[in-house]
Amino acid sequence: MNTKTKDHPELSELFNQDEQRVNWHDETLWWIRQKRDKSAHGIPEWETLREKASQIKNNALSNLADYLVSFEERALANGIIVHWAADAAEHNQIVHGILQKHGISKMVKSKSMLTEECHLNEYLEKQGLEVIDSDLGERIVQLAKEPPSHIVLPCIHKKKEEIGDLFHQHLGVEAGTSDPQILTEAARQHLRETFLTRKAALTGVNFAIAETGEFVVCTNEGNADMGAHLADVHIACMGIEKIIPKRKHLGVFLRLLARSATGQPVTTYSSHFKRPREGQEMHIVLVDNGRTVQMGREDFRASLKCIRCGACMNTCPVYRRSGGHSYSYAISGPIGAILAPNLDREKYADLPFASTLCGSCSNVCPVKIDIHQQLYKWRQVIVQEGYAASSKKMSMKLMNYTLSSPGIYRTAGKAGRLIMKYAPFAVNNQFNPWYKQRDMPEVPKQSFGEWYKKNVKSE
Amino acid sequence: MSRDKILAALRQNQPELAPLPASMPLQQIEILELQAKFKAVAEGIGSTVHLVDEFGAIQPMIAARFSAEKRILSTVKELVSAAVPEFQFDADPHSYADVDVAIFKPELGVAENSALWLTEAQMRIRVLPFITQHIVMVIPLSSLVPDMHTAYQKIAEADYGFGTFIAGPSKTADIEQSLVLGAHGPRSMTIFIYA
Ligand code: SF4
Repeated sequence: MNTKTKDHPELSELFNQDEQRVNWHDETLWWIRQKRDKSAHGIPEWETLREKASQIKNNALSNLADYLVSFEERALANGIIVHWAADAAEHNQIVHGILQKHGISKMVKSKSMLTEECHLNEYLEKQGLEVIDSDLGERIVQLAKEPPSHIVLPCIHKKKEEIGDLFHQHLGVEAGTSDPQILTEAARQHLRETFLTRKAALTGVNFAIAETGEFVVCTNEGNADMGAHLADVHIACMGIEKIIPKRKHLGVFLRLLARSATGQPVTTYSSHFKRPREGQEMHIVLVDNGRTVQMGREDFRASLKCIRCGACMNTCPVYRRSGGHSYSYAISGPIGAILAPNLDREKYADLPFASTLCGSCSNVCPVKIDIHQQLYKWRQVIVQEGYAASSKKMSMKLMNYTLSSPGIYRTAGKAGRLIMKYAPFAVNNQFNPWYKQRDMPEVPKQSFGEWYKKNVKSE
Repeated sequence: MSRDKILAALRQNQPELAPLPASMPLQQIEILELQAKFKAVAEGIGSTVHLVDEFGAIQPMIAARFSAEKRILSTVKELVSAAVPEFQFDADPHSYADVDVAIFKPELGVAENSALWLTEAQMRIRVLPFITQHIVMVIPLSSLVPDMHTAYQKIAEADYGFGTFIAGPSKTADIEQSLVLGAHGPRSMTIFIYA
């Protein structure tokens, strides 16, 4: 079916071997989802905010070329050097080129999912450069030689004892330490040394403003600022979809971002970079890497509105129980499963199927992306184009056939209920992937249709 | 060239122009209510808030709270004393690595999330509010606004090289979601609101 070794079901199976860890992962993320709810409910105008954010993003996307040109013009006038990259390779070369020009071999980086998407660290390391990730969670997965498993909470899958072991090995922390306070302090000391000695810092970008040519970076730790303000060279990398029209629109997005992500009223730091500081060189790299193509796909265009809050992952029953690493793409969870097939349909054919289509993701999304509908649409495209696994092709066809004929639907439903009643072993077996890790539900005695006929129609 | 290729592809693939929505309405909230809200939110995210009747009360409180600290810097002239030297400009940001306490006067504070807006004009050295071990903010009650929409209305066309909203001490919850204050930046934030 595809070229890579393991697909989502296989990788989730690995994750599912440790049942306690799965439960813990599930509960932790659900707790964050609840914090998000509480925070959102504290704002009476929440739904209006989501609607405004969605409309602002629609406007931004519909006029993106002009906004980018305007952003570039203002940024240049502000003294920022602007680069354009068609794809990941060009992005990596641009960053490398800037470092080479200054003879810099060590860089500190703050969290940026774009550089994960482009595999910048691996690329630079191959060229003999050293990159240290400075967000605590990213540093932890970096020491473990793993990619982040969540876009906002990169090491959400790790237990504190495992982090203690890593810090014992790499940072000289006493063996057996697992206290988060002590571990964080060790990382603080180690990274402070890094910040103070690096000549170049790379940061991501949360929002870039067409009107003013400034860009905004949001963190809780302050690592982006520590890096950028101490370095001689600051490189900021952003996907072209990060543009918003005006500075005042930040009012809408900053109110939504942290509340959706972690339930905080705002991130600790929302830093607005408009000009390099005296004597500093500031670069911005505008990256396409498939975004212009996605723009042309009407059904999937809205995925470019994403502000990377992670709410869709925290609420997703599949993500919570299968872990970020089961997605095999830098951005996991529901939104990652929409973005990945845009880049490589064959390699990521399995991801849109990693969803129950329950719609919870679409309900929490602060910019109102129709996530579950796009996942459903990708399935159809993938099946049509012949990339789906044959088991999925069969069941999709069957489902399509069944759903498109009321008669067959009724018969199939009845047959299903009969099987579950008299021959549950036909369903509860290892050949049914749904039976893994769960019991099949008790069957209702009547179908909804039968119930409706009896109780409502007869009135 | 990638620039032209990207722009051409976008122009080709962009949907029809969608209009911008009307702005969110600005809230009017009584100042004492703003103060109460600000304080509650700030304390909820780990800051310490002192409400004082007059500016003069702040200095002794700072002296008492930070008597054990070695390097205290004030970017606020009125708070300079024998114990708290004035901010001395040194273009090299690394020279502030040993600052224990830094005092600032932000331009505005947002009640809904307790974020305080500082620009380069007040912080002087961009790294200072991040590199200091403890941060102190003094703000007049009249500078509080209800929400981010009003905040941006005030910031509007302002020019700055760098500006930042700061809400509370630096923090992380990356290790099993346990909240730890003092990730890379300040370990504590003390806010004085004066009438
Ligand atoms: S798709 Fe929506 S909910 Fe998911 S990360 Fe993006 S903005 Fe957040």
